[in-house]
This record gives sequence, structure tokens and C-alpha cells, in this order.
Amino acid sequence: MKEFLWLIVALPFAGSLLLALAGKHLPRLASAMIGVGSVALSAILVVLVGLDFLHENPAGVPFHQTLWQWINVSGFSPGIAFQLDSVSLTFIFVITFVGALIHLYSAPFMWKEEGFARFFSCMNLFVGFMLLLVLADNFLLLYLGWEGVGLCSYLLIGFWYKDPANGHAARKAFTVTRVGDTAMVIGLFILFTNYHTLNIRDILHAAPHTWAPGSRIAITTAFLLLGGAIGKSAQVPLQTWLPDAMAAPSPVSALIHAATMVTAGVYLIARTHVLFELAPIAQNGVAVIGAITLIVAGMAAIYQHDIKKVLAYSTISQIGYMFLALGVGAWSAALFHFMIHAFFKSLLFLGAGSVIAVLHDEHNMYKMGGLWKKMPVVFWTFLVGACALSALPLITAGFYSKDEIIWQAYASEKGSITLWLTGLAGAFITALYTFRMVFLTFFGQAKAEPSYRPGLGMTLPLVVLAFLSFAGGFIQLPDNMGHVTLFSHFIEQVLPAAPTPGTATTHAAAISATTATGATATYTAASGHAAEWIAQSIAAALSIAGLVLAYRLYYNKPFPAAEPIRGPIQQFFFKGWNFDALYDKVIVQPIVFLSRIDKNDIIDQFYTSLASIAGWFNKRLASTQNGKLRWYAMALAIGTVITLTILLCT
Amino acid sequence: MILAWTIFLLMGTGLLAWLVSRWSDTLPRIISLAGILLFLGIVLCLWFRHPAGAVRLAKAASQLPIGNGANYAPSGAPAAGQWIVHYTHSWMPSFGIRIILAADGLSLLMLLLTAFLGVLSVLVSWKEIKSRVGFFYFNLLFILAGITGVFVSLDLFLFYFSWEVMLIPMYFLISIWGYENRTYAAGKFFLFTQASGLLMFLAILGLYFVHGRSTGIYTFDYEALKGTLMSRPAAFLLMLGFAAAFLVKLSTVPFHSWLPDAHTQAPTAGSVLLAGLLLKTGAYGLIRFVLPLFPQASHQFAPAAMFLGVVSILYGAKLAYAQTDLKRLVAYISVSHMGFILLGIYAFNELAMQGVIMQMVAHAISTGGLFIIVGALHDRIQTREIGQMGGLWTQVPKMGIMGLLFVLASLGLPGLGNFIAEILILTGSFAASKTLTVIAAAGFIAATLYALRIMQKVFYGAVLKKWTITDFGLREMIVMGSLAIVIIWLGLFPNSILNATQQTVRGVIEQVNIMPNMPQNANR
Repeated sequence: MKEFLWLIVALPFAGSLLLALAGKHLPRLASAMIGVGSVALSAILVVLVGLDFLHENPAGVPFHQTLWQWINVSGFSPGIAFQLDSVSLTFIFVITFVGALIHLYSAPFMWKEEGFARFFSCMNLFVGFMLLLVLADNFLLLYLGWEGVGLCSYLLIGFWYKDPANGHAARKAFTVTRVGDTAMVIGLFILFTNYHTLNIRDILHAAPHTWAPGSRIAITTAFLLLGGAIGKSAQVPLQTWLPDAMAAPSPVSALIHAATMVTAGVYLIARTHVLFELAPIAQNGVAVIGAITLIVAGMAAIYQHDIKKVLAYSTISQIGYMFLALGVGAWSAALFHFMIHAFFKSLLFLGAGSVIAVLHDEHNMYKMGGLWKKMPVVFWTFLVGACALSALPLITAGFYSKDEIIWQAYASEKGSITLWLTGLAGAFITALYTFRMVFLTFFGQAKAEPSYRPGLGMTLPLVVLAFLSFAGGFIQLPDNMGHVTLFSHFIEQVLPAAPTPGTATTHAAAISATTATGATATYTAASGHAAEWIAQSIAAALSIAGLVLAYRLYYNKPFPAAEPIRGPIQQFFFKGWNFDALYDKVIVQPIVFLSRIDKNDIIDQFYTSLASIAGWFNKRLASTQNGKLRWYAMALAIGTVITLTILLCT
Repeated sequence: MILAWTIFLLMGTGLLAWLVSRWSDTLPRIISLAGILLFLGIVLCLWFRHPAGAVRLAKAASQLPIGNGANYAPSGAPAAGQWIVHYTHSWMPSFGIRIILAADGLSLLMLLLTAFLGVLSVLVSWKEIKSRVGFFYFNLLFILAGITGVFVSLDLFLFYFSWEVMLIPMYFLISIWGYENRTYAAGKFFLFTQASGLLMFLAILGLYFVHGRSTGIYTFDYEALKGTLMSRPAAFLLMLGFAAAFLVKLSTVPFHSWLPDAHTQAPTAGSVLLAGLLLKTGAYGLIRFVLPLFPQASHQFAPAAMFLGVVSILYGAKLAYAQTDLKRLVAYISVSHMGFILLGIYAFNELAMQGVIMQMVAHAISTGGLFIIVGALHDRIQTREIGQMGGLWTQVPKMGIMGLLFVLASLGLPGLGNFIAEILILTGSFAASKTLTVIAAAGFIAATLYALRIMQKVFYGAVLKKWTITDFGLREMIVMGSLAIVIIWLGLFPNSILNATQQTVRGVIEQVNIMPNMPQNANR
């Protein structure tokens, strides 16, 4: 079965090509069948291939498949080749499975839109590129997927192309991420120059032997790769494109801007973890960027009135958590949160999309309200998603995934109190903005009447995702509560375990073999349990506190349906900390100004002035040829005198 | 001999097309199409007969101890074995001028490109050119003949002759069938090319006499002139003479300013040939003549050339971003992309040089595609002003998809040909100069800005003016479809081209890199 790995990638590409070529002539139903079918088939194949992979080698030896040699020039020889291991299997599972559900949802959601086939063509193309990204066995193919998903994001943000604002958002997304991508490409140049290959495994194997930990080249490379990651994953300071990207249809936001593409940065860092471990400063930078981002975006989310913008900032903030986890070396925790986040965030986006659709494209939460009775399925599933996002203790998957990160931010060797406190503050903020959204949208006075009820095609994905947002957490439980490690065990076939002081000491003990250290290790582990209980209680209390505060502030309050009046501070957060204004002043305007002043190319003016000088001389000289005899005689006389003078005096 | 026949074929077809235009306007089109298709067939025959030889030679070469990067062992590959087709005929023996035509992998690739774009340019002019049809196709075919001559001449005199042959009909093409400002543009094009060509001619003569004095053999033969003994300043000066002509052709900043005018004012076929082929003769000249003839001077010149390359990339992109005339915008994209070529050539390693060759082909396809779209739009709405367009996707979705594809190729999207080229060039040049490469990489961002601007202003956005226009028809879809297939093919299977030119590239790199160690650079 494993041999069909290539087909998982090929199916969405084939669907996309078919829709692009024949989409115009196909009836909508056929387009939908192709669009949804190709991804669904991929998802089924992933399950079969995955089972085969797990069954055949429990140790998780990566499976390779080379389709063809892509380029081959003097040692630069990346192939179109895939590598399947537990990390990429997790990703392709999420991509195809969540992808298929979102495609299914899209069919009724987009039914009446012009460009139905174009939509599915782009969506399928996206899934194909995303699968390439996570399956690539070399950096160049990864980069192909990386840019490809960026392209699809661009195309889909600008799907409703007639509105120039959407086009602007699309270009912004592409351009801002390209800034990060360019940094990443330079990182690839360094990697190739040093290792003469772009094969990921080979580089990761060779790196610890060639680069000293903390060496300058390792740090530079890690930071350049990080640049690519923060662009794609919308982390500070390249986060500005994601809120604007909400111009895309809601299923696109769910698939690309929540579940999959924006987590490509997380994948990249996890995949190249060896390089980051060699560059402690860079890895610490990942954690710091994550921590800053989760606060910055969380604060911005509190002040949004557009339901999708709340979710957008929330996504930025949650990816901040993943970066925090990566930065403290809690690799499997980051990936676990990625998976759970994919479930509940796509659920929330799809739910929000349903609300927006039935309210005639209304995004403003202040103009919604009281929907819980009118759209029960959407409400209950949305509530499950919101609980998971707020990490309400014990019953939600989000609790188990996020708690792990917050705990590791403190307990890991690379963690610190500051990172831990930031994580906790983020948990409080998350619960606050999430339930603000829930209360404003679904409770209080109804300000608009839903035009229809979403059909089965739209509710079924919601229910499945809600189930996963609830139950997905139980495959990985903290060691003080049941200690289930299905997920981390699986991931740690590829990525190292989190370096908690406890494990580190045990490791040291194994080497030094002194009983004293061994005893200390047991002691730290035991005291760790107590600390973990306390930490979990604090995190849980904070998220509940956020819920309660939201309840106090927003439940059943008679808000006017108009846009709220904001003070300067609120305005500051509403505008996402004014990053856009800053970039506009510092970067965009100078570039536009530079291009405007020199539109006609100053160098060309040099040549044209040469031409006009020649023309001027031509005129002057031509004017001597005026046909006047006196003039000629005088010129002749002067010339004779000059010639004679020269002849006689030298 | 087959090479000589191809040139005669093109010239003959041109004359015939002119002749039959007395009776019909359609006949010259058909005759030209048939002639170029025949030419394409011949080149394809050569191409498909060739890989067997190429692979054999490549295998032989790969057994030699060739390291990564710059340190090639002198393999002593036989010079004559490089040529797949070789033909010599006496022309003016008293001056040592002969007709030497030869093709290796690189030449063949360029011929293939010439034939392919030739067919397309006949097809795109099918309806666009309505006046003096016969004379138009006569000029078109003579341009192609001249270009073919440039790509296969190994006698410097003959090379210069071909160089001029392609210039004059192009002048007519622009000045007769061009747009509103055609006389100015044609004159500018002619002056720039002619003046720089003259410098090259002086350099050719200089090389001829230097070689003649030191050996007693007065010849224009490329193979004989390689490794001529001369003093360093002399070599540098002669190298500059050649480089002047090629850099102007390559539209390197600051010698680029003829290009936007010529490209904008030329008829579509003219723009396609200018961007697709004429610019490439500059790159070809640098690779074929400047580097092997003046290895050491080239090393001296390399930092400046790479710097100019980077300046061209960024300055061209900046100017492209500023334009409001769509065709002018596309023209400046060429300036930017040719910067990559210059940067890659002077990096002096196989990686970058293969990238350069890829860029020569990929840029020809992507920019050709864009020029055809602009031409088609101009045909339909009589304007090239971006401000007059907007929201055209609804009406011409096929054109939109094609536009998207070639715009994406221009911004270097992986999976399309230009990406392969640019990544190879930059990876190669990174070994030569880290700083310049990092600055050049910013070209990716700049490319995003100008490329997406095209899509937004032309196809997306609000409908500014209610044009009623028709989408691409069958003939146009054949043209665009074949370009699309090629650009995707190049992106996914670049090896099919890179293998063919590998031997040539290795030869050039070897020559330019081992020469400085040889004693013959001492004063004579």
C-alpha cells in the first residue's frame, strides 16, 4: 500500500488540473464531485498508507519514494521524492482529513458563487502543494510546496476578485510571506554551499558533526529558516497579512489560514529541529517570538468586531503557542497542538462561515446575537470549538494540548518563568475573546434573522470536527492524569523528547552512573508532579476566569448594533497594534515614492540629453551654412590667418 | 552543411514570401509558416539525434575527477569533439575569413528556441499585420536567419556579419509595423546596437591582428584565436569591446534604455523575437566568445559584471513596478531577468552557468507569453494603458489564466522554468559572492510586486471601462498552450535541457577557470 504514497499527492493535483481545463463545461455537481472526491480519496489513501506504514515498521523507519530526478547539475540534485515518517504522516492526515471535510462543506457553501469550478480547482491545488510541502524529502521540493501554497492562498484570498480590497489583501499576503520566503531561500543557499545537498535527512545527519553548537553559521541559517517560518505562520513581525486574508471565503480561511498552511512554519522548524538545537539563540528566538505573538494577537482579538478577524488573530495567537513549544524544545507538544488546533479552529471558521452566510454576509458580531436557538447545530458545535480554543479543563482537547505547552514553557530546560507567565496570560486572554465572540454572536438580543438553515453538507463536517475537538485530546494525556502518550510516542520516533530537567538529569545519570544523581532525578520527577498539578490548576483557573469575565462583560448586554466607539487604546488594539500603519510609513510609502519619482528612468534622460546636445551642435553648425557670401569670405579669411599663424609660429 | 542549408532555407523562404505577396496576403503567411516548420523539423532531428552523443560524452566527462564548484581538473577534452555538427567552407582566403558553422548542445538549444519562437511569431502576426505582409515576413525570416547565423558561426567575421544581418530587418520591423512612437524607438535601437556592435568589430579586428602578429597566421577562426597570447591590458581592452556589444544586447543597466522603447513600439512578433532571441544573443556571446577568448580579463571584469547584474535585477524591477504602459512594464521585466543572466555568467561555475542557460530559455517563453497577451489585448482594446483595464477576467478568463501562468513564471514560482533558472543562478553565485547574491535574492520580492500588479490592474479589480472583447481563439490558444506546456515542462523536467548543454557549460567553465594558471598570460 505504501507504494501508493505518490497517489495521495497526485489526486488533488489531477482534480485541480481537470477542473481548470474543463471546469467551464462541467455542471456544478460534477465539479463538486471532482473537487471533494479527489481530496476524500486522498484521505482514504492516507489511512491505508498510514496503517501499512505503522503495521510494517513499528519503529517508524521513514519510507522513501522517488518519482524522478528533478534537477541534476554538478551535485545540485534534488529529486521529486517523498519521505513518510511519523511527522509527515501526522501532517498529511490532518491535511487530507480536515481538507476533505472542508471541501465537503464548501460544496453547498459556494454553490451559488460564480467561479465554482475555479474555487475547487484552487482548493485542490492547495491540498496538492501542501502535501508536497510536508512530504518532500529535500528542501527544494519543500520550497516548491511552500511557494505553491502561498500562490493558492493568494488566489483564494482574491477569489472575489472584483473588489479591489480583496486583491489588495491577496497581494499583501503573497508579498509579506515572500519576504520570509526570500530569507528562507538564502538559508537554503547556505545549506547547499556547506553540505552539497538539499536532502533534509542528509543535512540533519551531517549538521551536528560539521557545525559547532552556537556557531555563527548555524545561528545565521536557523534565523533565516525562522524568517521563512514566521512569514508563513504569520508571527510577529510578519503577521500583518493574516487578518486581511479573511477576505477569502470562509472555507478557505478554515483550510488555509487556520488548519494547514499557516502551520507550515511549525512544520519547517520541527523538521529542521537539529539546526535549531545547534543554534540555541535562534531556538530561544522562536520561543520569544511565539510568546510575543500570542500576547500581541490575543490582545488584538479582544477588540475586533468582525467575527472572522477574531478568529484570525486567534489563529496567530495559537500558532504563537506552537512556536513557544518549539522554542522550548517541546516538539511533540507543538505538533499535538497543531493537530488539535486544526480541528477546533477549522470548526470555528466553518461555524462562523455558516453564521455569516445565513445573515447575508454579515461579519459584524454586534449585528448578530441570539442565534443559538435558531441555528442549534451550528451553535453547539461552535460552542465545543470555543471551549477547546479556551482550553476549558478536562473536557476539551484544547486543554490537553495547550496545557502541555504551558507546562513545558516552565518545566523544560529551555523554558523560563517569563515564558510560562506569558503562556498563562495568553490562556486568560484566549478564553476572554473566545467567549466574547460566543456571547455576542449567539446570545443576547437577535438583531438579524437567519435566511436559511445550513443543510447536511454543511453541518456534517461541523459535527465531525466537534467530535474531534472533544475527543482528540485523549490520545495524549499529561503524566499526572492517566499518562497516555500515544501521540508523543509516535512523534518521538522522529523528533526528540522535550528536554525537561528531569529527563535531562536521568540522561546524565545514565552516563555518569552515580546513584546520587539518579536519586535527585527521581526527586525532581516527583516534585515535578506536584508542580505540574499546581501549574495545571492555575492555567485551568485562568481560562475559567476569562470565561467568567466575558460572561460579565458581554452576556445578554444590550449592545447597539452599530460599530462600537473606541478610545485610542482600543483603537490601537483594534488595528492590530498599528503594525500596518508603521509598515506603510516605513516600507510601502518609500518604495512607492521611489518608483514614482523615477518612472521615466534617469539613465534614459542621460541618453536623450546626449541626443539633444548633438542636435544642438547640429543646429549651430548647420546655421553656418547660410549661403551668405560675406560670411563665407570672412570665415575663409579668419581661417587663413589662424592657419598661417600656426604654421609660422611653430 | 545542414547548418548552412537551414540559413539558406530561412532566407529563401523570406524572399519567396516577399515575392508571392504580389498575388496574395495569405500566401506569404503560409509559406513562412511552412518554411519555419521545416526549419523546426530539421533542428528537432538534430536535437533528437544528438542526446545519444551528449550522454556518451557526459559519461566520459563524469568519469574524470570533477569536483564541486570551481576546481575542475583539466580534462583535456578534445576541442573538436565538442561540436555535433561542423561545417567549414572557404570564403575570403586572403583575409583568413572562412565560413565555419558548428553547433554544440548550447547552439542546438538556441536553434530550437529560435525555431519554436519563429513559428509562434508567424502565428501571432497572422492577423495583426495587415499592411505590406510579404515584406514583413521577409524581414521576420531574415531576422531568424541572422539569429541562426549568430548561434552557429565560429568565424568571428561571419559572426559579426550575422550580428548585423539580424539588426537591420529588426530595424524595419519596428519602424514600419510598430506603434505610435516607432521611428524614435527604431532609431534608438539601431544606434545603441550599431555603436556597440562597432566596438565589437574593432575588438575582433584587434584580436585578429594580435593573433596574426604573434603567430603569423591571420585568421578569424574561433578555435584558433582561443588562447591567443597578449598582454593583460590588451586582453582587457579587447574583452571590453566584445562585452560592450553583448552587454548592450543584454540590456544591462546602464545600457538598457533602448530596450523599453524598442520592445514597447515593436509589433508583437518583434517584441517576442527581441525578448526571446535578440537579448539572448548577448548572453550567448558572453558565454561563447568572451569567457573562452579572454579568460583572465573576464576574471578581472567579473566583480563589475556581477555588480551590474545585481543592479539590473533591482533597477529593472523597480522601473517595471513604476510603469503604467503594460508593454513597457513587461519590457522592464526583461531588464531585471537579464540581470540574473549576467550575475550567473560571471559566477564562473557550472551551477550558475546552467542556470543562465535555463534562464535564456525560460525568460524567452515567459516574456514571450506576456508580450503575446499584451499584443492580443492591444488588438482588442487599442490601448496598453493599465489604467484603462481592470476586471477583465470575467470577459477573457482564458487570457486571464494564461496571464496568471506567465506572471507567476516571471516572479519565479517553483514548478515553472524561471524558478529553476533563478535558483541555479543564485545558488551558484552564492559560492562566488555572498553579498551580491543576498541582494539579488531581494529581486524575488521585487518581482512579486511588479508581477502581482499586472494581475491586479489588468484582470482583477473593478471593471473600469466596459470593453466588449473576445477571448483567445483557437489559433491564439495553440500559441499560448504550447508556451504554457513548455514553461511547465521546463519547471518539472529541466534535466532534458540541462543534460544537453552540460558538456558545453563544463567546457566553458573549465577554460575560464584553468586559464589564469597557465603561463601564456605573461607579456608576449
